[in-house]
Amino acid sequence: MAECGRVDSNTSSGHAMDKSITLPPDEIFRNLENAKRFAIDIGGSLTKLAYYSTVQHKVAKVRSFDHNAKEAASDKLYEISVQEEVTARLHFIKFENAYIETCLDFIKDHLVNTETKVIKATGGGAHKFKELIEKKLGLKVDKEDEMTSLIKGCNFVLKNIPHEAFVYAKHADSEFRFQTTNPDIFPYLLVNIGSGVSIVKVESEDKFERIGGSSIGGGTFWGLGALLTKTKRFDELLQLASKGQHTSVDMLVKDIYGGSYGCLGLTGDLIASSFGKSATADKEFSKEDMAKSLLHMISNDIGQLACLYAKLHNLSRVYFGGFFIRGHPVTMHTITYSINFFTKGEVQALFLRHEGYLGAIGAFLKGAEEDNPNQYSWGENYAGSSGLMSVSPEMNPMQRARSGTFDMLEMDRLERQLVNLPLLQDPSSYIPDTVDLTEDAPAREYWLYCFEEALDGVVKRALASQPDMPEAAVRAEKFRQKYRHKLQTLRHQPFAYGSLTVRSLLDTREHCLNEFNFPDPYSKIKEHENDVALKYYQKAVKSLEELSWEDKQFALVRGVLAGNVFDWGAKAVSDVLESDPEFGFEEAKQQLEERPWLVDCYDQWLERLKGPPHKCALFFVDNSGVDIILGVMPFVRELLSRGTEVVLASNSGPALNDVTNSELQILTERIAAMDPVIQTSLQEDRLTLVQSGSSSPCLDLSRLDKVLAMVVRERKTDLVVIEGMGRAIHTNYYAALSCESLKLAVIKNSWLADRLGGKLFSVVFKYEVPAGKPSRDDGALTP
Amino acid sequence: MAFNGHQCDDDIVDETPSKLPRCNQEMPGHFKNEPQNEATAADGRATCERRTSNSTPRHRKDSVKKTRPPFPWFGMDIGGTLVKLVYFEPKDITAEEEQEEVENLKSIRRYLTSNTAYGTTGIRDVHLELQDLTLCGRKGNLHFIRFPTHDLPVFLQMVRNKHFSSLHTTLCATGGGAYKFESDFRTMADLQLHKLDELDCLIRGVLYIDSVMSGGPVDSECYYFENPTDPDHCVQRPYPLENPYPLLLVNIGSGVSILAVYSKNNYKRVTGTSLGGGTFLGLCCLLTGCSTFEEALEIASQGESTRVDKLVRDIYGGDYERFGLPGWAVASSFGNMMCKEKRESVSKEDLARATLVTITNNIGSITRMCALNENIERVVFVGNFLRVNTLSMKLLAYAMDYWSKGQLKALFLRHEGYFGAVGALLELLHPSESSTNFS
Repeated sequence: MAECGRVDSNTSSGHAMDKSITLPPDEIFRNLENAKRFAIDIGGSLTKLAYYSTVQHKVAKVRSFDHNAKEAASDKLYEISVQEEVTARLHFIKFENAYIETCLDFIKDHLVNTETKVIKATGGGAHKFKELIEKKLGLKVDKEDEMTSLIKGCNFVLKNIPHEAFVYAKHADSEFRFQTTNPDIFPYLLVNIGSGVSIVKVESEDKFERIGGSSIGGGTFWGLGALLTKTKRFDELLQLASKGQHTSVDMLVKDIYGGSYGCLGLTGDLIASSFGKSATADKEFSKEDMAKSLLHMISNDIGQLACLYAKLHNLSRVYFGGFFIRGHPVTMHTITYSINFFTKGEVQALFLRHEGYLGAIGAFLKGAEEDNPNQYSWGENYAGSSGLMSVSPEMNPMQRARSGTFDMLEMDRLERQLVNLPLLQDPSSYIPDTVDLTEDAPAREYWLYCFEEALDGVVKRALASQPDMPEAAVRAEKFRQKYRHKLQTLRHQPFAYGSLTVRSLLDTREHCLNEFNFPDPYSKIKEHENDVALKYYQKAVKSLEELSWEDKQFALVRGVLAGNVFDWGAKAVSDVLESDPEFGFEEAKQQLEERPWLVDCYDQWLERLKGPPHKCALFFVDNSGVDIILGVMPFVRELLSRGTEVVLASNSGPALNDVTNSELQILTERIAAMDPVIQTSLQEDRLTLVQSGSSSPCLDLSRLDKVLAMVVRERKTDLVVIEGMGRAIHTNYYAALSCESLKLAVIKNSWLADRLGGKLFSVVFKYEVPAGKPSRDDGALTP
Repeated sequence: MAFNGHQCDDDIVDETPSKLPRCNQEMPGHFKNEPQNEATAADGRATCERRTSNSTPRHRKDSVKKTRPPFPWFGMDIGGTLVKLVYFEPKDITAEEEQEEVENLKSIRRYLTSNTAYGTTGIRDVHLELQDLTLCGRKGNLHFIRFPTHDLPVFLQMVRNKHFSSLHTTLCATGGGAYKFESDFRTMADLQLHKLDELDCLIRGVLYIDSVMSGGPVDSECYYFENPTDPDHCVQRPYPLENPYPLLLVNIGSGVSILAVYSKNNYKRVTGTSLGGGTFLGLCCLLTGCSTFEEALEIASQGESTRVDKLVRDIYGGDYERFGLPGWAVASSFGNMMCKEKRESVSKEDLARATLVTITNNIGSITRMCALNENIERVVFVGNFLRVNTLSMKLLAYAMDYWSKGQLKALFLRHEGYFGAVGALLELLHPSESSTNFS
């Protein structure tokens, strides 16, 4: 059932809370100037506002010089220019109803050039505030069906936000176990626990049905709880409940049996009759105990019904939402317990990180249908999103210390539509990240420390990339503060943005850099290194050609590995590169570990090379400069010479010193000009450049550019090469592919090397052939 | 319910009516709790198993007299809130028997049958008494007595005072209390309980009572409400449970157990809920200060739940047509109590009524889901929550009918909460296969 329609004013925000709050404009309601398409979801105590806006930010573009016109115009390899780009972003803000008037005023004052005439509204409180909204904003309020909004929102977050859903386990090492994004989200059951309970079966984007419900819900907990304990606020009731002992109020199986009811498998601690012990006139019960008993009664009842409906409709994915759940650890725990009990673990209770936003997101999407938001892929912007908040102050001291009342979610419209790599063995069980830092406390400690330590260097690098801009220092400082704050938040709540991983730490940093208009701090370094490396290309190829076939194969692999040593993302290396500008390819080779390597499948690889050539290889490249030009390109050249087609996949946007697609275009042209093998391959379309769709130093094979997926399928790709620490160690180390794969990297971090049982500059050369599956089997290509 | 073992024993009785008293005379003392009687117990089981075979009446008669236990015959069900006791009062006592009958036994019989209330809390439900019943070859009346579980010590004291243990009888008991208080029975009253599974007893009791009631002079045991969705024309009608299987048996005591019964011996506990009669009474005591079930029901009958509950129409102004929810449906039980002003304006009566409606409807919806999952169309509600509780019965009848669009039928039984105790008594007279393991 709907979230409660009318709520007493004093329940919403507590006691005499100051309703005139001063809003920090650069922190909330951002990008209001260009905002259009508003939607609002007013619940019992919280208001959720959604709007679409465009963000102007700087991007680094590279452009090849016109060599025919002015060969000597510059000694630069290519032109780097910083340009303004406009991208679409969705903003979602959640605040307490008490601030609604202040917020509407603020919006009114900051909303400039909008053609918006209508605001979509949903939620029980929508009609209560209808007049206020119309008066303040001058927009017509257009009501949207609550359930439709909810489902639309739910579909959207499940599809677009990795780690959206999680299992809650109170006593586990990490309370939150995030689920991998399953490409196929349907069908599922949504149990929305507002004042009552609605149970909705969702079968597709547009097909859903309310299959049942119950009147015993959040309103029952609140209403009955208020009567029993004389406690008015919902949050306080939950607090009481978390401190109580239900066994003094409930009649347990052991109260009736003296122990367990063995033959039915009912343990003694099971509740036989809720409030069964309070059936007496001459005993007092504590508020805490009654609240706890009530919480158990309601959670168990809802869990039981949910299970019965799930069973009847044969559904195993059951999501819980509504104000009763909304991030409260207490209710998530009792619901989880109930579901486990009633289904004997067959069904898991799933919760959503952005559960509170579903209605607002859905109403917004309904109003934005002409923009076709569902045709795009969207990504959570870690810089602009608050992350998963708990309302429990004990659990999350950070929240109250901050403004506390405002929670934000920002989602960027991605330029490319993202899909699974068709070569994943099992997309539904694919987990990109090798280590989940939410579960691995020592690793978490190390990496958080590592990123904090590196922050000064990153700030310095960002500043250096914009020497002509005097205000860069201010922005750089803002970046430092924001990222440091994120790291602090993650220390307290590793689960704030889903599973904490090295990848998410890196991505968060990139998002923060972009936020403050440092789109590509390494652009000049990359250019310089590319330039230097190009000069050595021919020589490198020549010396390889002089080797015997077998020596050449080994030299090519060593070349890729040595090239991969050049990585500004690794502290051990950036120190070397910083202090010794002359550090070269040969020195890098000297650093490499001698065989046998830490992970050494070279012999198998060599054997494979003696066999027939691969049909097509997909190569996920890593760094600019020596890595791509002297390491990867000769290796690719050899594949091409063997008759294997090659698809080079590089980042769509900049990340550290990783080579971007537009840079790689220019580099390939330049190499082609020197090397007929590359030249011919390009002309014959046997060497193809695609973008990955990512701007991360790591690699998520479940979110790749749709074009890439298409090319991979068309070319019948039978070999995937993944290079570098970020893509082959931090992520995808355990990724199982349906074709042959090669994962190679140099461990450039002594802590990680230590963990893996190696040492600094240890080599990982992992060659895998899927078990029992011929690599050239077209059936392996899942559509 | 036509097919059950106990009825077959009555058939034997009908076949050889005149010999029965003699049989009884010939019957030696007791059979239980003696090592050599393992075989006898097995014989008893065999009686039931053989009912469909064509063995001679004579043979069966012999086994009847062998297995007949000595008086007094009790069956007991010790629940979380109430103790239910059934007592068979033999009316065919011969002069000889009368003479031989020990004083203790006589005194117990007189005490139970000449009173309708025992102590301050014990009550005999006279209206439920079954007269002229033939049980195990003896004619007599079956009495139904109940008292609160917390008064069990008083009961045990009485048992001790009346030297019950000297009668060397077996006390068959079921319900959780049979386990919990087993040692109390031993230490306080020198009685060894014969413990029985409550669900086995429940089903046995239901099948038996229905069988002896069907075709009898009184109304049938089972009934339903005609026109449950029309309050003006909603009337109670007898329901012949001739071919009962499969049926869903919902036992509403302090808590609730839901069983799917496929045949006499084939049933499973589908699920249960802790929101039962105990919850109704517990919450009512806290909310209204009442102290008994009768009081709580009385208060509830005078209240209005719609002042406490938030209805669909309170939220949507009318029906929520998109999902086919009528405006009168409860959207949130106690939902109006989120609001301070409304909390202050409701009466005790309203709160009691809302509690009753909430608990009843919830049992209704869980039952309905179980019926769908198990693909069963008939639901029999039993248990003491329904005692003098027409309000809940009609609500259940309504809910089953309305939400299933007429597919589900809610049935009720007159002896509401006593089936477990009856089952225990039957176990004394005709031990079933499973219980032989206990003895």
